[in-house]
Amino acid sequence: MVAQAAREIRDGERVFVGLRLPLIAFVVAKRTHAPNAVGLFELGVVRDAPAAELLYTMGDNPNVAGAVWCARTIDLMGLLQRGDVDAGFIGGAEVDVHGNLNTTAIGSDRTHPTVQLPGSGGGADIASLAHRLIVIMPHDKRRLRASVDFITSPGHGTGGDWRARVGLPRGGPSVLITTLGVFRFVDGSAVLDSYHPGASVDRIREATGWSLRVAPTVRETDAPSEEVLAIIRQYDPHGFWTRRGE
Amino acid sequence: MTSKVVSLREAVARHVPDGASIALGCALEPAIPFAFAHELIRQRRMGLELIGPISDIAFDQLIGAGCVARVSAAWVGNVSAGLAHAYRRAMEQGVPRRIEVRDHSNFSIAQALLAGALGAPYLPTRTLLGSDIPRANGTFREATDPFSGERVLLIPAITPDVAVIAVQRADEDGNAHLWGPWGVTQEAALAAKSVLVLADEIVERAVIASDPNRTIVPGTKVTAVVRQPGACHPSPLQGRYRRDHEFFHEYHNATRSLAGFEAWIAEWVTGVADRDAYLRKLGARWEALRESGKPAFEVRF
Repeated sequence: MVAQAAREIRDGERVFVGLRLPLIAFVVAKRTHAPNAVGLFELGVVRDAPAAELLYTMGDNPNVAGAVWCARTIDLMGLLQRGDVDAGFIGGAEVDVHGNLNTTAIGSDRTHPTVQLPGSGGGADIASLAHRLIVIMPHDKRRLRASVDFITSPGHGTGGDWRARVGLPRGGPSVLITTLGVFRFVDGSAVLDSYHPGASVDRIREATGWSLRVAPTVRETDAPSEEVLAIIRQYDPHGFWTRRGE
Repeated sequence: MTSKVVSLREAVARHVPDGASIALGCALEPAIPFAFAHELIRQRRMGLELIGPISDIAFDQLIGAGCVARVSAAWVGNVSAGLAHAYRRAMEQGVPRRIEVRDHSNFSIAQALLAGALGAPYLPTRTLLGSDIPRANGTFREATDPFSGERVLLIPAITPDVAVIAVQRADEDGNAHLWGPWGVTQEAALAAKSVLVLADEIVERAVIASDPNRTIVPGTKVTAVVRQPGACHPSPLQGRYRRDHEFFHEYHNATRSLAGFEAWIAEWVTGVADRDAYLRKLGARWEALRESGKPAFEVRF
């Protein structure tokens, strides 16, 4: 999942990195094919080199030491709203076939939730305003649902030109990477593009809450290289983030 | 110039009434004034509105302790461990009491505070169009931009009664230097009716005036200054101490049950007299987190 996420970062891009696995994907991309990518962090940090050690939050002191800019949230969000951010990463508790994400609450009544989740953070802003959204999720039938209870972070809405109709200036999910496979969005709907080594189309169909569409070119996801695995193990030696099954 | 320096106990007793709206944890993950949150719990403040982007368990503790009536925030959880158990109990079961939530994103809360700081009634934005957050929040309005005819979301200003900010150093008048990420700290301080500064260190005015670009808020906005070393533990303060990751994870595990939460508060909040006693209780663990950082290159004025 991390290796595939890293592949989604292109060289020279300005990327809203966020936390957890995307942070490690950023490190992998920087050290392999995208040495000129720039990482943006919504609490006010911009850096062109990954932090020297594993981060537990974007506000850890090592993420500030050696940064090229340390400013305000509004400055980073302004870049995002202007259209100066190429791609952003986001995860969630639930995602639907159109890439809409719920990180707010499970249940039909927001004021009396079945499960209260933490909320948007900056996720809804990244989903609204980045040119491209990269979604990362553990693959589970309860998480990949036909529809989500609450749209925290807008994906492609109901599909088609929905984003333009509601007034969003650009963007939307380009890819959904799960622990089992990779989906691309065609006309605002997720289509299975590849299955990870050890997974299969059937297993993914079984673990997906919507009626699965499969690309005619579906194939096995490229396995991560030894170099990439070595970078991941070096950066997260105890597997704090990478062995949580996220 | 009269000194604004007071003790943490006095700052809460004099300047934070029940029912106050308080911006707290405005730098996001770092520089969260946990010492202040704990003093609010010790003095049994009630009916508070908490305002902030994320709070990394500070809001969870205040909610669980029953101090809170409303939360206006983008995120309430435990950043490196997961969900916030006390927030869950309040929302799912009404324990210890029901709270009202006004959902935000980090950008919408930043814009609400910026509008407050500017003395503007609202700011227009393109974020959150198509999200369910505007409907759940209830205070935003969709509108048509009179210039372009495009759809925009209007975020009304938030002007907290009190902004509590933690900084590395301030003078006795409250001129405060904060380095590291600012998050929405400056907007919150400028928008607030009253600013309380928790300084790791009180310095001479000449230290602040030697580097005015580092001043996050001028003393003219500040009501009281508290000298409180280690005020942010377990969150980090740049160049002073690191984040205590394990403390967050221990809190997560300890507070899964209501009884566990109450035991945690009894041990770490109501069971210690003040922040200095809390740091002594941490002992060697606290000492191991301290760091001196690297100096920046000199700037000459």
